[in-house]
Amino acid sequence: MTHIPLAQQLLDTCAALLLLLSFAMLSQRRVVTLVNLYAAQGAVLAAATLLLAWRTGEDHLYVSAALTIALKVLFLPWLLHRLIRRLEVYWDTEPLLNVSGNMLVGLVIVVFAFSLAQPITLLASTATRGAIGIAVSVVLLAFLMMITRRKAMSQVVGFLSMENGVFFGAMSASYGMPMVVELGVALDVLVAVLVMGVFFFQIRERFDSLDLHHLETLKEHE
Amino acid sequence: MITTLPPLLTGCVALLCAWVLVGLAGLLRPGSVRFAGRTLFTLGAVLGLGLAVLAGASLLSGGTERLILPLGLPNLPVHLRLDPLSSLFLFLLGASSFGISVFAGGYFRQGEGTLPGLLCLQYHLFLASMGGVLLANDAYGFLVAWEVMTLSSYFLVTTQHRIPEIRRAGFLYLLMAHVGALCLLLCFGVLQGGSWLFTFHAMRAAHLSPGWAAVAFLLALIGFGAKAGLVPLHVWLPDAHPAAPSPVSALMSGVMLKTAVYGMLRVGLDLLGRPLWWWGLAPLILGLLTIFYGVVFAAVQTDMKRLLAYSSIENMGLVFAGIGLTIVFAGSGMPAVAALALLATLYHCLNHSFMKSLLFLGTGSVLHATGERNLGRLGGLIHRMPWVAWLTLIGTLAIAGLPPLNGFVSEWLLLQSFLFAGQLPHAFVNLLIPMGMALVVLGAALAGYVMVKFYGIIFLGQPRETSLAHAHDCGRLERIGLLWLALGCLALGLFPLQVVHALGAVTGQLVGAAVPQASAHWWLLAPVPGRSVSYGPLVFLTATAAVVLLTVFVVRLIYRQRVRRGPAWDCGFGAATARMQDTAEGFGQPIRHLFQPFFEIERELPEPADRTPRYRIAIRERIWRLAYEPLARAVGRLANAAARIQQGRISVYLLYSFVTLLVLLAVALIS
Amino acid sequence: MKPVDWITQVLEMAAALAAAPVFLGWLNQCRAWLQNRRAPSLWLPYRNLHKLFHKEAVIAENASPLFRIAPYVVFGAMVLAAGIIPSMGTRLPLVVSADAIALVGLFAAARMFMTLAAMDVGTAFGTLGARREMMVGFLAEPALLMVIFVASLISSSTALPVITAHLASGHVGLSPSLAFSAVAFILVLLAENARIPVDNPATHLELTMIHEAMVLEYSARHLALMEWAAQLKLFNYVCIGFALFFPWGVATGHIGPAGLLVAIPALAVKLAAAGLGLAVIETVSAKMRVMRIPEFLGTAFLFAVLGLLVHVLLKA
Repeated sequence: MTHIPLAQQLLDTCAALLLLLSFAMLSQRRVVTLVNLYAAQGAVLAAATLLLAWRTGEDHLYVSAALTIALKVLFLPWLLHRLIRRLEVYWDTEPLLNVSGNMLVGLVIVVFAFSLAQPITLLASTATRGAIGIAVSVVLLAFLMMITRRKAMSQVVGFLSMENGVFFGAMSASYGMPMVVELGVALDVLVAVLVMGVFFFQIRERFDSLDLHHLETLKEHE
Repeated sequence: MITTLPPLLTGCVALLCAWVLVGLAGLLRPGSVRFAGRTLFTLGAVLGLGLAVLAGASLLSGGTERLILPLGLPNLPVHLRLDPLSSLFLFLLGASSFGISVFAGGYFRQGEGTLPGLLCLQYHLFLASMGGVLLANDAYGFLVAWEVMTLSSYFLVTTQHRIPEIRRAGFLYLLMAHVGALCLLLCFGVLQGGSWLFTFHAMRAAHLSPGWAAVAFLLALIGFGAKAGLVPLHVWLPDAHPAAPSPVSALMSGVMLKTAVYGMLRVGLDLLGRPLWWWGLAPLILGLLTIFYGVVFAAVQTDMKRLLAYSSIENMGLVFAGIGLTIVFAGSGMPAVAALALLATLYHCLNHSFMKSLLFLGTGSVLHATGERNLGRLGGLIHRMPWVAWLTLIGTLAIAGLPPLNGFVSEWLLLQSFLFAGQLPHAFVNLLIPMGMALVVLGAALAGYVMVKFYGIIFLGQPRETSLAHAHDCGRLERIGLLWLALGCLALGLFPLQVVHALGAVTGQLVGAAVPQASAHWWLLAPVPGRSVSYGPLVFLTATAAVVLLTVFVVRLIYRQRVRRGPAWDCGFGAATARMQDTAEGFGQPIRHLFQPFFEIERELPEPADRTPRYRIAIRERIWRLAYEPLARAVGRLANAAARIQQGRISVYLLYSFVTLLVLLAVALIS
Repeated sequence: MKPVDWITQVLEMAAALAAAPVFLGWLNQCRAWLQNRRAPSLWLPYRNLHKLFHKEAVIAENASPLFRIAPYVVFGAMVLAAGIIPSMGTRLPLVVSADAIALVGLFAAARMFMTLAAMDVGTAFGTLGARREMMVGFLAEPALLMVIFVASLISSSTALPVITAHLASGHVGLSPSLAFSAVAFILVLLAENARIPVDNPATHLELTMIHEAMVLEYSARHLALMEWAAQLKLFNYVCIGFALFFPWGVATGHIGPAGLLVAIPALAVKLAAAGLGLAVIETVSAKMRVMRIPEFLGTAFLFAVLGLLVHVLLKA
């Protein structure tokens, strides 16, 4: 284990932290903490990007790190906190699956994701060894979170965390996406959150609650 | 034929025959408790001790003896063999049965259903047939002994045959045992590999294709798994073990389950030769599931013997997980680690035999003294039955896996071998292993929960019924039996190196590697190849005892305050009664709550305004509804369909025979 | 083993005995400061122990000998545990006989005696406390073991001093799996020592308490031993944390006066920091409902398993 360079070790640690934060989100009921965890995940992602930029000398990665900090650590969490205050949704209700069950499923997902990433890891010489597996895990875990939560707010955070996973995967597999794509995705995410923010107000005005099970009543009667 | 008889094997066979004779002697005066109960059982116990000595000598010498007895059908003599593996299990049989038989000598009384003399015959036949299973060196002898074992234990289970539930439990046991035996029959059929020779020697020489070998392995797993109580074939066990009288429960849990382990090791690691690594996954995964399943159900039981039966299921899961791990390692070319895993497995067999026998006998004494099996009606027995309580405490601590007792040693060894799993050359298994390890430690911790519940509710607290005030301690013979088993637990816990040394011959025989003796000290166990890991229970005990005694001494010396007895404080709430203690249901409530999906719960809660509130809860296994009941219905339908050919007219039956004859003749003509 | 190692051994146990009450005092002081209260004296736990030892013991009428033995066994187990954990030096003679698995077994034995003693008198509170303690234990114990296994896989040994020496030697560097196990460990530490999100050490409100409910029937010297044992347990857990995650300053060779000169201040600094950290955690979190505890500990357990998985996956 002595021969692993420091940058590599740091990257591995960042990857593990991303996964850790994903699990922390999975086990968290408070929406406010969820947003904070999301911000932390963004910060770790930015740190990983910076590390990779420093190691490979690819300049556009610096830009992308700056973008990550601006958008995912500062702006979006601020926006979400504001939304929470305005909408007064501090707690999620009981998730569909209890926390331990959620985590157990999460564990199985991680094993599955790593088995899935095994062949890709062998192909991609640039990938840090476990990073792709972790990226896939983060995406799937975020998906799981979106499935098991009732409140729209938590689902948005899940959606954003999923984007983090995709971003990390792209970064570790091929040193990031082309700049245009990255900017596009960033814009997409931003617009998506704004649209959803508007959407929340609409939902609440209609149902007096953000609990998504009200949407079930919207289907046509047979 | 043979000019000189092999001494140890002949001795063992003679002792087994003597057991049968002792059993038959019971028929001389079948109604006498004094003769059949006291004298003959004690005699049987001495024979057991002799068997343990002979088997122990054979194990230490590490040699193999063979004998061919011209019994039975012409040209089908009985082949016998005493090698390290069978010596180990024979030792286990002899040593545990000594304690159990002595206890049984003081236990059986008039009015247990079956007459004492008949019981004596069944009991000793059971013992002798288990010995026969262990010594048999051909499939015929093995299966005959296996069936005698099943039948004699069936009669023992149904000792109180006037109770319908016990008859039902016995029937279920017989049914499952026969499903298992059928699988074993087929397994041996595959193992002979076209040579049609059914000696084990021929089976070792037979070369099976990997596919057939896997089939044989799977059949053996089902057959022996059904006997060992592996989930999902365990359903008979929680009914049958509690139904039997306590010494028989002890014998079934403590010894009979081990014959299944013996069979699995014999077929999987000896007769099949080199196992492939992925075969091991089946017993490993099933074993892990069984651990978890068994312990969770044990935690919610309210009948003390059922609780112990589920705990036996858990322990067999641990053993089978160990077997699986052994095969995975052995098939992956890591014989030293395989030896370590096998060592843990064998060690746990020995441990469980002593601990579980001790606990079952303890419940037997409680049952005799109080007539109660329901935990909810016991309590405070430590004051009335100090011998039973303190000796059972040793078994309780041992089975909870606490150092420096024996349960800890085998768990320690198993965990050490699990820690090697990261080095396996199979990526997927490497992912599975941490989860397996997590299940093992979770099972061990839950076993602690179960045992606190078991001991705390039976022996501690206030008596929950007034009748418990008349409970009496056990008699002298019972005490000796309990003491023997408790001492066994202590010895196995405190001298692990000596035990490991003795087991070396078995690991050498089965996986071709003895466990390295890295330790230079006789009191230190350091069996892990290439790692500086060690465990010294004697030092551990000495250090703890020294610290504790020093504390007592210092506290007594400096602070000479007297002790006053007063009513319980209980936060100043004076009106506490025995009914305010936790019940067995209450103590299991967190587990019931947490693992709800496992149980099928039927609950009656009292209304707030009820004058006579009644709380009732019944917990069943989901597996009945999910698997066994549909299966039973399907069998019933099949039987009904088959019943259609039953016409009741002679001419129709003759027609059946006639058609069969014609078809057979036609087949003969064509081929 | 040289005589100097035996001296280290005795010194470690004595240090733990002496430092455990002070550590609790420090923790309480930090908590008081953070909560804008006037802090109690650092030596208050000592005075309490002294007071309790001098009182006349009252034992319930129907208590069995088990009830009187238990405090000594629990206390002895905790002192022995302090001798197994390398808090100052790694060359400890006792460690040869007891590795980390045996250490967890020792904690389990102490817990078992404590719960049995709690059930002995047969009061509603005692059994309730025992049941809750076992509920905490059956999840916390495996979680702790899994945490230790992560470290033992990294250093291929289950002996704590070997683990500590290996981790302190700088061969390992940053290990992501240790991050997971550190989180799991903190959760376990809080639960096992009856700290705030799980149990409130300052409460005597029966419905919420675990540890207090179990020792309710004890008085005088027996209670003093139980309390001291609880303080030792906290101290031991913190030291396990140091051994696994912050092994700096621990002397790895034969310890001499020079080694002690480094090891003792290092331990003191680490303890002070740990006390402050625990106080912060306890101040910012609220006590949870009892039936949430399994969820809390389940999370810890799964985090530890995840740490093990990450280790296997990343080989780091």
